[in-house]
Amino acid sequence: MAASTLARGRAGQEVRGGAALLRGTVTLYLSLIVVLPLTAVVWRSSRDGWGAFWEAATQPQALAALRLTFAVALAVAAGNVVMGTVIAWVLVRDQFPGKRVVNALIDLPFALPTIVAGITLLALYGSSSPVGVDIGYTRAGVVLALAFVTLPFVVRSVQPVLLTMEPDMEEAARCLGAGPLTSFRRIVLPTIAPALLAGAALAFARAVGEFGSVVILSGNIPYRTEVASVHVFSLVENDDVGSAAAVSVVLLATSVLVLAGLNLLQRRRTRHAD
Amino acid sequence: MSILVRNATRRFGDFTALDDVSVEIPSGSLTALLGPSGSGKSTLLRVIAGLERPDAGSVEIDGRDATSLPPQRRGVGFVFQHYAAFKHMTVRENVAFGLKVARRPKAEIRARVDELLELVQLPGLADRYPAQLSGGQRQRMALARSLATQPSVLLLDEPFGALDARVRKELRAWLRHLHDEVHVTTVFVTHDQEEAMEVADRIVVMNHGRVEQVGGPRDLYEHPANAFVMGFVGAVTRLGEHFIRPHDIEVRRQPNGTTSEAMVERLVHLGFEVRADLVLHDGQRLAAQLSRQDAEELELAQGQIVFVRPSRTRQFAEAPAG
Repeated sequence: MAASTLARGRAGQEVRGGAALLRGTVTLYLSLIVVLPLTAVVWRSSRDGWGAFWEAATQPQALAALRLTFAVALAVAAGNVVMGTVIAWVLVRDQFPGKRVVNALIDLPFALPTIVAGITLLALYGSSSPVGVDIGYTRAGVVLALAFVTLPFVVRSVQPVLLTMEPDMEEAARCLGAGPLTSFRRIVLPTIAPALLAGAALAFARAVGEFGSVVILSGNIPYRTEVASVHVFSLVENDDVGSAAAVSVVLLATSVLVLAGLNLLQRRRTRHAD
Repeated sequence: MSILVRNATRRFGDFTALDDVSVEIPSGSLTALLGPSGSGKSTLLRVIAGLERPDAGSVEIDGRDATSLPPQRRGVGFVFQHYAAFKHMTVRENVAFGLKVARRPKAEIRARVDELLELVQLPGLADRYPAQLSGGQRQRMALARSLATQPSVLLLDEPFGALDARVRKELRAWLRHLHDEVHVTTVFVTHDQEEAMEVADRIVVMNHGRVEQVGGPRDLYEHPANAFVMGFVGAVTRLGEHFIRPHDIEVRRQPNGTTSEAMVERLVHLGFEVRADLVLHDGQRLAAQLSRQDAEELELAQGQIVFVRPSRTRQFAEAPAG
């Protein structure tokens, strides 16, 4: 018995030792990949003092770029909430020929280099558009580019939840007098809400940081179609690293706030799931 | 309210779940749909609820043709095997769901929910979430929810199937009481003949998508229409073409002219009753069921020679089904 206690003790220690090692690895990795660079940006932005930071961050052109970026990112995230849910719903609940092709198509924006996406969109919807739609170098172009690259997020987070959702909750709602719309609003929506919010958060984050597709399609006209990431890039190109860091920090802080807000909502929604 | 199903057929691909089924369920009755899995009993229940459309046939509820009505307009309460609790709502919100959808006034909803929670013995748990309830409690909540809108018909699909044996027994008795109190026409699906016999006053026995027999528990046991029903509603042992209930085999120590000689191959003591597996001299096997007292009086033992005679046998024209 003493031996078995000893063995168990040793096994326990091993597990604890293994857990500590894993935790250490994760911490180190995250530090190197995420925390240190972010800290460096914040540190770089503050090097010239608070006044310089504030001046750089509130440059009219910077403000315009930030405003456009967050407005479009929010709009795109919201659009994805609706369209992503509709697409996921159709892919899960509907049966039609070619469904697997459509399903595979959803991941294309992930697989395509965003520069290629930008070129493709410009060729299709630019000044020499074969379909007669010219939204190149306009804000509509920015929205389109971001909608394209963020398409998979909501679809792919909602789809598995819909797939595993047992039909009996909805059937129960139907038997209690709820029509299909009420059943969707009161039963399906609350069930997929956490996944929906998670997908929206990812789409938002991606839209805020997107560079490749926008840089091609938007034309980067200051005050009109220049997004924050492109603005930061042009500041760096002009050797104004301090200002670039300042704008980046504002971008970063706002993103963190929005993501934290979405996370909070999501957690409130998942509280009672078992 | 009465339910009338006429010539309902439902196929799923190659599988025929319902094969030209006609059933009448009288108003106020407590009816069990009894059968093995795949017999079509759940499909029949779902056809009545409108959750499944029959390929052919019709459903009448309370004299009105409901065949093409969606479930939300049939006025049926439905209880699912796995509760189908709305996980994101409290017990109170779950029970209130149907009333809210019907836009009843708030005060009325509150009063009705309180009354129902009292009825299903969950009054203290109104603000809990389903995840915080036991299986039995969840199913009682689901029952309260289905009764909230005062349905004309209550349908239960293997309502106790996911619960452990003790809770199942409790809820059976409780469903019986509930029916005596509420008097709503109730149909429940089960594959457990004991459950059907204990709870229902009418049983519809189904097999292979067809109705084999309809009758009261005693009726089915005493006068089964065919070999399948006889075997499904109780134990059965065979002697050639004869079907015998094990308790209808008389066991004696001495021959009396009409008995056959048999050897006790095995004795199983099941508390009050004793089961004796017998082998006749021609090699045929029989199972006899005796009370413990009778077995003791006969001093039954393994390997012993006894004399047996079926006191009551049954023969069916058709070959035994299933």
